[in-house]
Amino acid sequence: MNWSLPENIATYGGKIDAIFWVITVVTGIAFVLVEVGIIWFCIKYRRREGQRAFYTHGSKSLEILWTAVPALAMVALGLYSASVWAQIKGRNSAPSESLHIAVSAKQFEWNVTYAGADEVLGTSDDFSTRNQLHFPAHRPILVWLESEDVLHSFFIPQLRVKQDAVPGMTIPVWFEATKAGDYQIGCAELCGLGHYRMRARVKIYEPAAYEVWVEEQIAAREASAEPTALATVNEHSAGGM
Amino acid sequence: MATIVAEPTGVPVVEEHHEMSFIRKYIFSSDHKVIGIQFLFLSLFFLLMGGLLAMLMRWQLAWPGRPMPFGGLFPETMAPDGIMLPEFYISLVTMHGTFMVFFAIMLLLVGVFANYLIPLQIGAPDMAFPRLNMLSFWTAVPAGLIALASFAVEGGAAGAGWTSYAPLSAMPEYSGVSMGQQMWIVSLVLLGLSSILGSTNYITTVINMRAPGMTWMRMPLTVWALFVTAILGLLAMPVLSGGLIMLLFDQTIGTHFFLAETGGQPLLWQHLFWFFGHPEVYILILPAMGFVSEILAVGSRKPVFGYKAMVGAIVAIAVLGFMVWGHHMFQSGMNPLLGTSFMVSTLVIAVPSAIKTFNWMGTMWRGNLHFHTPMLFAIGFVMLFVIGGLSGIFMASAPFDIFIHDTYFIVAHIHYVLFGGALFAIFAAIYYWFPKMFGRMMNDRWGKIHFALTFIFFNLVFFPMHTQGLAGMMRRLYDTSGYTHTADLQGTHLLITISAFALFATGAIFAINFFWSMFKGEKAPPNPWNATSLEWQTPSPPRHGNWEQAPVVYHGPHEYSHPDVTDKDWLAQNERPDVVSPARH
Repeated sequence: MNWSLPENIATYGGKIDAIFWVITVVTGIAFVLVEVGIIWFCIKYRRREGQRAFYTHGSKSLEILWTAVPALAMVALGLYSASVWAQIKGRNSAPSESLHIAVSAKQFEWNVTYAGADEVLGTSDDFSTRNQLHFPAHRPILVWLESEDVLHSFFIPQLRVKQDAVPGMTIPVWFEATKAGDYQIGCAELCGLGHYRMRARVKIYEPAAYEVWVEEQIAAREASAEPTALATVNEHSAGGM
Repeated sequence: MATIVAEPTGVPVVEEHHEMSFIRKYIFSSDHKVIGIQFLFLSLFFLLMGGLLAMLMRWQLAWPGRPMPFGGLFPETMAPDGIMLPEFYISLVTMHGTFMVFFAIMLLLVGVFANYLIPLQIGAPDMAFPRLNMLSFWTAVPAGLIALASFAVEGGAAGAGWTSYAPLSAMPEYSGVSMGQQMWIVSLVLLGLSSILGSTNYITTVINMRAPGMTWMRMPLTVWALFVTAILGLLAMPVLSGGLIMLLFDQTIGTHFFLAETGGQPLLWQHLFWFFGHPEVYILILPAMGFVSEILAVGSRKPVFGYKAMVGAIVAIAVLGFMVWGHHMFQSGMNPLLGTSFMVSTLVIAVPSAIKTFNWMGTMWRGNLHFHTPMLFAIGFVMLFVIGGLSGIFMASAPFDIFIHDTYFIVAHIHYVLFGGALFAIFAAIYYWFPKMFGRMMNDRWGKIHFALTFIFFNLVFFPMHTQGLAGMMRRLYDTSGYTHTADLQGTHLLITISAFALFATGAIFAINFFWSMFKGEKAPPNPWNATSLEWQTPSPPRHGNWEQAPVVYHGPHEYSHPDVTDKDWLAQNERPDVVSPARH
């Protein structure tokens, strides 16, 4: 049984994982103290002939102690977590040099729109893919997340990113990958009978290779826009792997 | 028909009554004890239903796409050729949660024990409003039947999770479920009514009908817990009812509270649901904590350690419970600043639960521990609730919740607190108060076997779910095989499923013991546990009206091993006015 998280490839993932390990250690100590304590009491204080329980209604100083210690622990956890939360999910936390990508969720697929050569979404050089998310490593990515129908949730475990997609809202969510590789988006909010298969391929590139991919995509679409197109664009994949 | 008369001393006395028909005595009864037992049968039935649904879900996860045994019994719309459809799986997930939360656990904790115990433990002849109490039970019954019947309608039972998030729940074109979702709503509105009627009764009874000498700080912790729970229910349930009706209107008459397409806001559903939902989960644990405090004291032959702090913690949990609902919505798209504020309140609410855990340990410390079945389940509660409480700390941190939200880590947490917590306490309470209810003891040896097997299999089922969640496995998945991050989990699915089947089978031991003992169990004396609270100072089962004359109370609720009482190790609340308690030692 494996008490650990998947590989972390996010720049801010280390902070999230650090919170996890600190909580694991602190709760682990509490767990051992309580469980061992209870078992110890069961053995030591089991009923015996002639034994009488110790009559007491409690201890004020113990109450203060075991209120203060957990409270202090919670304050410390809260302060550190609040800082990390603001850095990741804060309204203006996305770095200004982020690459903008639009992701629109719908039953049961992910439609991705890229900003094209001008790196501005909503212009004529934008292009789209279905069930594929391509982006470069070593650069912050700012996803503008929408939904066409019901709630979905954009989740890439190794990037430690999760954000619900809400119809009627456009929600910014940012992340930065530390290495290239192949991963998946999984939907993390029940969205209907196809929820279990609402996945998309995530391909992270070295920056130079990403530029090449973008150019290929733009070229392929220009070519297929021609009436006598030789190249056909196969931008569709089967749903996921 | 019995009438309760106020004597000049203010002590209520029950007048003699004439014989009632079977129907008035056992079916449409206004006696709180009968109503409590009626709720017991109703809720145990739904516990079985909820468990059956879970077994079906576990089959699919262990053997995805394989025909179920007796699969041919299912219609084409659920499982063609015995292979479960994704939409049926989602209805199972939804209704498992719905049956377990609303019709099993809530009714077992409150419907059964608030009804049965409150008048007995405070020295009252019945509830303040006995006929309203009868209505409370008889609204719960159609509520449950409607929820069950929803499986049979076109489109099947509700399929948006027990949390019923909009817009999925509001729009049959997205969920594939129309009538079933509406029946789900009607069922819960009815159940909410039952609950609100009950709360009104419990609160009024505790405030107004305590026997002479039964001051607030002499009430058993069970009564405190049930009283505060009733207040939570009274304040929270109407919010659910309101939200449910808004959802029903969105589905049926063209409103758009939650529908973005026509200007509504899906997040509003989540706020309304969780404003109810979070107090609801405290409704699902506070009574359990009350039972455990009491049973640990009885089993340890010691007063509850820190009674005042325990009362304070119950109240703190209830008050804070209204301020934390947004922790279910950290990743929802709501303003991140709300994430910060809800995180703070959520971390704070961990503290009173910690206080209670230490006080339970303090109760056992230097006790004279009797390990009968209720005590074993009460100790099991503390050991398992601690795990559920500690896992909650991981989710309380909003940034770590980014990863863990909507994964099986949450499912593990839910089941450690609701099963390892609430249900273990319910088992403790049933074994403990069964003799009072039915005048017979449940078999203690089989009770211990039931405890041991349940403890073992429960942990085998739910502990691995923590690791599945940490691997990133999402909730409510019909099939996890399509994801690389869950590819290694099939072995764990199998382990969990086999253990779950074993856990379910273990329930038969309880069921047989329960029904057999009702008729053939060893006859129970008035006070088989040598307990101090008032319900044990009257026959098993008590007469209609509970006492010939209202008891007079001289002592606190858990005066065990009092140094000035040397012939026995307990001091009933209504005996020995000459003894000073608490003793100044």
